[in-house]
Amino acid sequence: MRLHSIAVSNLRRRKARAAFLIAGLLIGVGTVVTLLSLTQSMTGQAKANLQSYGANIVVTPQSRDVALSYGGIAAGGVSVGARALRAADVARIETIPARDALSVVAPKLVGPVHVKGHRVLLMGVRPADEFRLKRWWSVDTGRPPANGHELVAGAAAAETLHLQMGDYVRIAGRRFTVTGILRPTGAQDDDLLVADLGAVQDVLNKPGQITLVEIAVSYAQAPVHDVVTQLSAALPDAKVAAMQEAVESRMHAVDEFRRFSYAIIGVVVAIEILVVFLTMMGSVSERTHEIGVFRAIGFRRVHITWLIVVEAVIAGVIAGIVGYMAGMATTYAVLPLLSRDADVAWIPLLGVVAVGLAVVIGAVASLYPALHAGKLDPTEALRAL
Amino acid sequence: MSAPVSTQDIESPAAVDGGAEVVAPSTSVPPGDDRALRFIDARGLEKTFSGDGAPVHALRGLDLAVPEGAFLGVMGQSGSGKSTFLSILGGLSHPTGGSITVDGIDLYGLPGERLADFRREYLGFVFQSFNLVPYLTALENVTLPLAVKKMPGVEKRRRAQAVLERVGLAGRAGHLPGKLSGGEQERVAIARALVNEPPLILADEPTGALDSETTVEIMDLFARLHREGNTIVMVTHNPEIQRYFDRAIVLRDGRLDCELPACAPGTAV
Repeated sequence: MRLHSIAVSNLRRRKARAAFLIAGLLIGVGTVVTLLSLTQSMTGQAKANLQSYGANIVVTPQSRDVALSYGGIAAGGVSVGARALRAADVARIETIPARDALSVVAPKLVGPVHVKGHRVLLMGVRPADEFRLKRWWSVDTGRPPANGHELVAGAAAAETLHLQMGDYVRIAGRRFTVTGILRPTGAQDDDLLVADLGAVQDVLNKPGQITLVEIAVSYAQAPVHDVVTQLSAALPDAKVAAMQEAVESRMHAVDEFRRFSYAIIGVVVAIEILVVFLTMMGSVSERTHEIGVFRAIGFRRVHITWLIVVEAVIAGVIAGIVGYMAGMATTYAVLPLLSRDADVAWIPLLGVVAVGLAVVIGAVASLYPALHAGKLDPTEALRAL
Repeated sequence: MSAPVSTQDIESPAAVDGGAEVVAPSTSVPPGDDRALRFIDARGLEKTFSGDGAPVHALRGLDLAVPEGAFLGVMGQSGSGKSTFLSILGGLSHPTGGSITVDGIDLYGLPGERLADFRREYLGFVFQSFNLVPYLTALENVTLPLAVKKMPGVEKRRRAQAVLERVGLAGRAGHLPGKLSGGEQERVAIARALVNEPPLILADEPTGALDSETTVEIMDLFARLHREGNTIVMVTHNPEIQRYFDRAIVLRDGRLDCELPACAPGTAV
């Protein structure tokens, strides 16, 4: 028999008390496991969503704007050295070393046209890429353009031109069918007519030309700034800019969610320590007489202290294992209610963390009760009933 | 039976002094045979309990010498100081005056936790209400004093089983205390007191909760232990077991009143 044998016997034969202690640890650990795995799963999904939610790099023609003025009077300005982007430039974008980090590459050509006596902006895009990039675009009824004779209209443009789904418009002699009206976005997209890139290049008589390229980068694959550097090297005649605010604000939301989870975890751990502390103090109080016997037969204070702490540690190991399984089961049950797309992030290390956390909490929370037990006067303890 | 207590045998989770003797024989003890005659030597022992009311003088200058191998009965009415004397002798309660030595060891001169070591190595305590640990089997209860000793588990188990056999309970080793009779629990308590082979056995009213037939069985067991050479000090208020003692003293008001059979007629025990 050794000291830990006494602890094991106590837990084994006083099942109700052991169950209470283990439950106190298990609930806390299970909650922490659930929160951590939910956080990991939802953060991963949020990142994946945000990465393709809008561009974080813009490629435009390299130009220098020169302001013309004389005698303090501004006479306008002119762009110097602008060379339009071309399809070959778009192809070069997809050859950079970090090409796997490019979630969406959306080239577009923008130019003014006359429709029904009104001057509107016509934007040529690769519809599939553009709608992936701009997830906030949605077509109320209808669908995105599927070929070079179809277009969708922004909400304001449709109102101005009195367009409805199924209508025909003629732009520079080319007939387009309106296949859908975009929901209002509150941005300049509302004023656009959106059609296939190739068709718009024909209409605007700018074969192969691109006004700008919007790119969405996956943060998990490569830092945005590295991608910007590589793109700049691949396109020396273009201006490559990271949309810092867009990047930082999106990740800020993700980080805030993670910090909130950690704060909740901190509160849960603090409560769990308190619960275990109170349970162990109650246990020591109940076992005052027994502790007196141990002291009377020659146990030192440190033996008594060790006995109490070992008991809590053993309970912690059990609670950690069961708490981990319960926490993951809860994650599987709860995650679908919180997110349609997220998958459960299975983190093997989390099992080790769960057991470690339960053991540490058990040891820390039982330390004062254990020290208190060791200091009990054996004569007084033996008198206690 | 006067080997110094060694900390090398202690299994402790914390570092303890290795190899140092816990105690050294008192230099004030007279040499030669006198030490055996004064195996337990109480001089001017006093114990006062201070509470909310007036202080209670449980012992008022008790002088007592007990030779090695004696079977001493300590008798007296409630409040006479019997249990207080036993708890002081057992290293559980510091006296407020006087001194007490066991085999030349000044109990309350021992520093810190050495007193706990002394209790473990020198004493076997049989408590009034058995005080068995309810969630440990009979065998585990008996092995309890060995739990903090550096000894192979097989050896611990062997010693505990041998002692249980010695008290006639080999067949009940796997039972929890709740499944044992009063007499059987008492035997387990005695076995637990013996497992460390202590030089001194202290028993506080060991037959107080037993019927007369079981009382005889238990006292026969103690008598056998005495014949085997153990020094036993037993506190009791049961005059019927007086015949087992080779010496019986009566305490009154915290002092040694008389020694049986030379007590005044009508002396309450």
